[in-house]
Amino acid sequence: MRPQDILIPVPAGLCCKPGGFHIDPVRPVERAVITHGHSDHARPGHGAVLATQETLDMMRLRYGDNFAGSTQAIAYGETIKLGDVMVSCHPAGHVLGSAQMAVTCKNICIVASGDYKDAHDPTCTPFEVVPCDVFITEATFGLPVFRHGDAADEVKKLLASVALFPERAHLVGAYSLGKAQRVIKLIRQAGYDAPIYLHGAMEKITHYYQSRGIDLGELRPVKGVRKADLAGTITLAPPSATSDVWTRRFPDPVTAFASGWMRVRARARQRGVELPLVISDHADWDGLCATISTTGAGEIWVTHGQEDALVHWCQSQGLTARPLALVGYGDEEEEETLPPGKSADA
Amino acid sequence: MNRFAELLDRLAYEPGRNNKLRLITGYFREVPDPDRGYALAALTGALSFKHAKAGLIRDLIASRTDPVLFELSYDYVGDLSETVALMWPKSPDIAHNNPPPPTLTEVITTLRTLGKSELPAQLTRWLDELDETGRWALLKLVTGAMRIGVSARLAKTAAAALGDKDPHDVELIWPGLAPPYGELFAWLEGRAEKPVNRDPAPFRPVMLAHAIEESDFANLDASDFVAEWKWDGIRVQAVSGKGDDGKIVTRLYSRTGEDITGSFPDLTPSLRLSGAIDGELLVLREGRVQSFNVLQQRLNRKSVTPKLMKEYPIHLRAYDLLSDGETDLRELTFEQRRAKLEMFIAELNDERIDLSDQIPFATWDALTAARADPAGAGAGEDADAVEGVMLKRRDSAYLPGRPKGQWWKWKRDPHIIDAVLMYAQRGHGKRSSYYSDYTFGVWTAGDSGEQLVPVGKAYFGFTDEELLQIDRFVRRNTTEKFGPVRHVTHEPDKGLVLEVAFEGLARSPRHKSGVAMRFPRISRLRWDKPPREADRLETLERMLKAETTIAPPKPATP
Ligand SMILES: [Zn+2]
Repeated sequence: MRPQDILIPVPAGLCCKPGGFHIDPVRPVERAVITHGHSDHARPGHGAVLATQETLDMMRLRYGDNFAGSTQAIAYGETIKLGDVMVSCHPAGHVLGSAQMAVTCKNICIVASGDYKDAHDPTCTPFEVVPCDVFITEATFGLPVFRHGDAADEVKKLLASVALFPERAHLVGAYSLGKAQRVIKLIRQAGYDAPIYLHGAMEKITHYYQSRGIDLGELRPVKGVRKADLAGTITLAPPSATSDVWTRRFPDPVTAFASGWMRVRARARQRGVELPLVISDHADWDGLCATISTTGAGEIWVTHGQEDALVHWCQSQGLTARPLALVGYGDEEEEETLPPGKSADA
Repeated sequence: MNRFAELLDRLAYEPGRNNKLRLITGYFREVPDPDRGYALAALTGALSFKHAKAGLIRDLIASRTDPVLFELSYDYVGDLSETVALMWPKSPDIAHNNPPPPTLTEVITTLRTLGKSELPAQLTRWLDELDETGRWALLKLVTGAMRIGVSARLAKTAAAALGDKDPHDVELIWPGLAPPYGELFAWLEGRAEKPVNRDPAPFRPVMLAHAIEESDFANLDASDFVAEWKWDGIRVQAVSGKGDDGKIVTRLYSRTGEDITGSFPDLTPSLRLSGAIDGELLVLREGRVQSFNVLQQRLNRKSVTPKLMKEYPIHLRAYDLLSDGETDLRELTFEQRRAKLEMFIAELNDERIDLSDQIPFATWDALTAARADPAGAGAGEDADAVEGVMLKRRDSAYLPGRPKGQWWKWKRDPHIIDAVLMYAQRGHGKRSSYYSDYTFGVWTAGDSGEQLVPVGKAYFGFTDEELLQIDRFVRRNTTEKFGPVRHVTHEPDKGLVLEVAFEGLARSPRHKSGVAMRFPRISRLRWDKPPREADRLETLERMLKAETTIAPPKPATP
């Protein structure tokens, strides 16, 4: 049996024929195994869904109670038999509840890591290396120009700017699932204890994080707060809202954006960002390379992002590597838009 | 160096002019001499050392990284210095004996005296010692590519603000100063007298015009304005003055104050009288103004040969007079200056220098008609080199920059067509990670039915938001990749229609379509329009015919 007999890319996503399921399918399928709650990986309309409890909860929050025919939760460290394969679940360190799925069949183990990062994140379980034969890795930041540094230093930059411009509001664009909560937690860990304001689109998921025991301090909805009262404050908002008329409610706002893309000046400037914060929920170049090495895998399949560079690097290390032609996965930060008809005030 | 790099980094992200000024002035206040002086020199482009070639930077990074990874990274980031700064690997031995990072003064004075052969090793040492931002600034500095959205004017204004001085005064003494500007800062901080400008032919900051909109006319009275043709040449300032030895010194400046005298030795003898003329550089053959393409043959030449000067005879068309002898005229009204200019040009009596004609008009309607038909309104056979009309308030003083409501430029109407996006390429500078260069085509009957033929390329005209939309469209609808170029779906029912505005058309055997557009830009995205409804080549042919009622520019002789 070859690895591609166990997992193979098809238009619906990564298909496991002997197990009878797809991983992170982009089209409705009978049985889906889902790595994490981001909308490009977790889509509604599948027959049966296997995922961590947190991922299932997030899907329910976003899509409503009928997001799937049936659901089954799997915990980190747990192994479940599906068809002819065994599926085990391991922390991916990407966002709360994010998992790598290890698929084992006849002595061959393939790890589908979904999105992952090996950097410290106080809002989710740390990434765990799973030894395997084939490692499927993302490549969102798969170029050596992406070195993300310490996220705590970036938050210091934000707080220094808040101190420097007490008359202005600071608006931090951050993806609402994961990034926003991590940034808030980092702000708290840096000793800032004033209330932090939230754009309406962030409230539900942030409260969910709090309900899972993650202490984020005092959070307030920004809606209805007087403009003058927002001077000197920090507000978290989805990236799309920070370039919107919605920002007019803030006094002379400083626009920050927390994203791994902020490492590249052209990206930051193009978005009109004044305070780029290099904070990423994806592994950076060094993280990708180190992880690939430590899995011990002899074969690497590279998906969404800068596949070329990472495949080249793997080959230069004597590993078998190929890009996996999967479509439908984007960078969530670039793709985020508000649902049609909903104003950013929501 | 890291402090200077931090300033550059913040400036690069700061959009507001006032905030930029605050940042630069703050830097001057905080940083001592001579570092701040060298920073001012760097910001005003006044540094002179041999710049490192891009090839050297490439060699340095090649010695430290995998070439394939470098090329992929460079393609992604789009900027050589930034790519190298970001991917430069930390030297393994640097952690042990952390030398302090170099100061800006150290970098600049070293660069001035460093032999060419020592440069690579020195740069490597600095790259190892500096942080990511420091490396970026260092590389921008040594390659002479420090474009960070700060003009020389802005930097001088920030310096003036340090001592609450008029930026204009700094401009006036500037030509007599040299880095690191110790005497300038001493004066600004009230520790010394104002330095004297000993340059007999200094540059005066140029006055610029706003683009006029249809709606502006309602608030403007035609009788307050004088109109002139806007010529498609190069705006220059021609200055002559008596030096200490009594000899006339002559200089030609670009509108940004760059000294371009050396490129036009055939013009300088004509500038015999002491004064400062604001005018347009043109090429005239047998009294006729040639197109900008012809004039271009005179630009950026390493050597100006007699043959070049003979084939492309240079000419100055005078718009304004800023000083007459030693007398500064800039406080006078435009009408008063014009009277002096007419006398000045008459006294010069030189065939290489003439007056810019005024367009007679009594109403905006009359001027509209003149603008639509420059040939019939006085420009005659030179109409093809007319870019539009300039409007100047009769009572306008000559003010540096773009003062409100004084001067207006009114360009000729652009042509518009709907074309289909065919190929996209990554842009440069701040657009380097986006597909922002677009090749578009129109329909024509081909051997196998209807097909699109490329008719032009555009890089701008769209908003940032539209750029993101097109970029996303390109990434999702790529059919093939060739290096940095992506082929984008362009079928009758699938593809993106771009409304393209352009200034003019010319026949071009170099283009498959046979036509070339002047100054094309994207004016609108037509998401609503299926590609099959885009324009046809015949439409362009018709426009071209209409164009050629005006004589086409002569092709430049090779
Ligand atoms: Zn994700």
